[in-house]
Amino acid sequence: MNFAFSKEEEAFRQEVRDWLNAEIPPMWSEIRPGMWVETDESWAMAREFERRMGEKGWWAANYPPEYGGINATFMQQLIIHEERAALVAPSTWNEMIGQWVGATLMLYGTEEQKRKYLPMIGKAEVVLCLGYSEPGAGSDLAGVQTRAVEDGDDFVINGQKIFTTLAHNADYCWLVARTDPNVPKHQGISLFLVEMKTPGITVRPLINIVRSHHFNEVFFDDVRVPRADLVGEKNRGWAYLTTALNFERSGIALPTGMNRTITELARYAKTTLGDGGTLADDPIVQQKLAEMATENEVLRLLCYRVAWLQSKGLVPSWEASVSFLFGNEVLRHIARTGMEILGPYGQLKRGSKWAPLGGLFENLYLGSLVGGIGGGSNEIQRNLIAHLGLGLPRG
Amino acid sequence: MDLGLTEEQEMLRNTARDFLEKECPKSLVKEMEEDEKGYSPELWRKMAELGWMGLVFPEKYGGSGGSFLDLIILLEEMGRACLPGPFFSTVVLCGLHILTGGSEQQRQELLPKIVSGDLVLAFAFTEPSARYEASAIAARAVADGDDFVINGTKLFVNDAHIADYILCLARTKDSGPAEEGITLFLVDAKSPGIECTVLETIADDKQCEVVFSDVRVPKSKVVGKVDQGWSIVEKAFPQAIVAKCAELVGGAQAALEMSVNYAKERVQFDRPIGSFQAIQHHCANMLVDVDGSRFITYEAAWKISERLPVTMEVSMAKAWVSEACRRVTFLGHHIHGGIGFCRDSDVDLYYRRAKAGGYAFGDTTFHHRIVARELLQSV
Repeated sequence: MNFAFSKEEEAFRQEVRDWLNAEIPPMWSEIRPGMWVETDESWAMAREFERRMGEKGWWAANYPPEYGGINATFMQQLIIHEERAALVAPSTWNEMIGQWVGATLMLYGTEEQKRKYLPMIGKAEVVLCLGYSEPGAGSDLAGVQTRAVEDGDDFVINGQKIFTTLAHNADYCWLVARTDPNVPKHQGISLFLVEMKTPGITVRPLINIVRSHHFNEVFFDDVRVPRADLVGEKNRGWAYLTTALNFERSGIALPTGMNRTITELARYAKTTLGDGGTLADDPIVQQKLAEMATENEVLRLLCYRVAWLQSKGLVPSWEASVSFLFGNEVLRHIARTGMEILGPYGQLKRGSKWAPLGGLFENLYLGSLVGGIGGGSNEIQRNLIAHLGLGLPRG
Repeated sequence: MDLGLTEEQEMLRNTARDFLEKECPKSLVKEMEEDEKGYSPELWRKMAELGWMGLVFPEKYGGSGGSFLDLIILLEEMGRACLPGPFFSTVVLCGLHILTGGSEQQRQELLPKIVSGDLVLAFAFTEPSARYEASAIAARAVADGDDFVINGTKLFVNDAHIADYILCLARTKDSGPAEEGITLFLVDAKSPGIECTVLETIADDKQCEVVFSDVRVPKSKVVGKVDQGWSIVEKAFPQAIVAKCAELVGGAQAALEMSVNYAKERVQFDRPIGSFQAIQHHCANMLVDVDGSRFITYEAAWKISERLPVTMEVSMAKAWVSEACRRVTFLGHHIHGGIGFCRDSDVDLYYRRAKAGGYAFGDTTFHHRIVARELLQSV
């Protein structure tokens, strides 16, 4: 057993760290948005940084060089994500989406599709959005109703998507649509890459509870998509989606980011007076800091496990659900506990007089609500763990 | 034993609920979050006409002479409706302190105007130390001729920016126990030297920083007696704490109902999500939390009404209700899924208010300390 990285991996880590320290825009720490918040300024800065990472080959590092990567090992990918989170590099949802899309294309795309799209994704030249959720299809993604009907050389798409992150900035939509309504629902789904400029697509902003425009509704009215942009075979979309989920990332960015948050909170406790001493002198605050730090360390290791399995050529399924689920719980717990430690000051928003840590926790307390809902709710994750991980019978 | 409401209390609840459903829709609540004043003067007037401001004040001041329990029932409905505005500051905090400790002249002067809705008041207690003990009062009031001169900073003062008067706790004596050197002042909010800044808070509830720089207050505006302000706080403040609990319970009840209705209607996997055990358990947990919170609030309120010793119960209520309502409103979000994360939804109104209410008048850790102290003293 060995919890250390190899010498080569550590050398790579140093290389990544040096590059990030040189390339992360100094202004980012001031303007970086909170959770689920995006401003025009933060978006522009993050996109610029993404493109530079793309040029470096580290944006989709696992891709082969002809697609913009460096054939990075799973450990190297982990290291890149760890260092980016530790140094608070700019990032957007574009990356996560690109990983899923790219992974599926690599497995199931035509040669033409791979040649056309993978370099663009690998070099972060394009922005993608996921056309998954619909008003009637959230946890039950297979229940999608958006229809794709064959018509000559095209498919004609009609329907509606919701909670479509980045649709307002996207070049392409990775769309899940129904191509056969007459079979059991999982068997009639297809995947498409749709150019967002195609006539018939309307993006309507949805303002979220941190008062930011981050996701949208997307309406498709007789949108024509060339057959060349059907990914893989018609009606095989569900199998592709579930396989792509096996390319789950370790999720290491979360515990790394939370480590920073806990550190900031601990520093605040050391330097802020409480009841007869600093906050850090308070045994209750100490207990809370200890709990958060311990949970976060456990999370880090659960994320490492996912990457380690992948590095051995294995495919984590329920293991990814474990780290994802636990990550959601840790995120919410840290948000709650930080608010407790900060006392009434915790409720002050970024920009308010007297707001501690730039309103970090007020934003986190609201933003963390998504963890446990989006990307597969905690209930779904628990089901997956029970069925796939423990072999418990379905109800 | 009778744990139910009287007929009059049922009527009060139903009238309040119907009125607020009509006059305080969520669209108004959200509008007031962005509004500078933070409340609708029109709605305020209607509430005064209904006699709500005067509910707990004696008839000789224009009130209806209701009990503290009556006020609790009204506040539960206000919490349910997320009623914005200075009712709590004016009536529950300042009104009750004036009723408890003001001179007869001060009561005659102020309470009828509170009852008629003609006055808005704010209560300036906590300071940057964010504590609610006597020792935390560091703002100073120094006697100077016919006045006192107040210097200090107060934080988290609801509605100070629109108040006509600010009730301010300041230290007038340094020697002796902390509880014995505090005075309660009735400060004209337009006095020179007062600077008020609205803080941006999670619940958009117009909590203010109020800085007092050489603010002159006539000696006649001491509420009660010099150096004896804390004794008023000891009697009146617990009522505000329990009233806040009632508001939180009302909000949690609304969150529970919204979530159950949603769970019945929302279909996924060809069945209502409320038919899944996990969701059912969430809803059941919410119910347990709401009911327990209600009863611990009612017990404290009843004991206050009966003038029974109540220190332990007040802190138990505040600690319990703060956490329970946090859990309930959080589960409300969880059950609503993605749709609850949209500004259009109403779920976050309750979640954010539960957080603000949890902080108000001492957080859970603070009140647990009091419960522990009371418990250990008694064994």
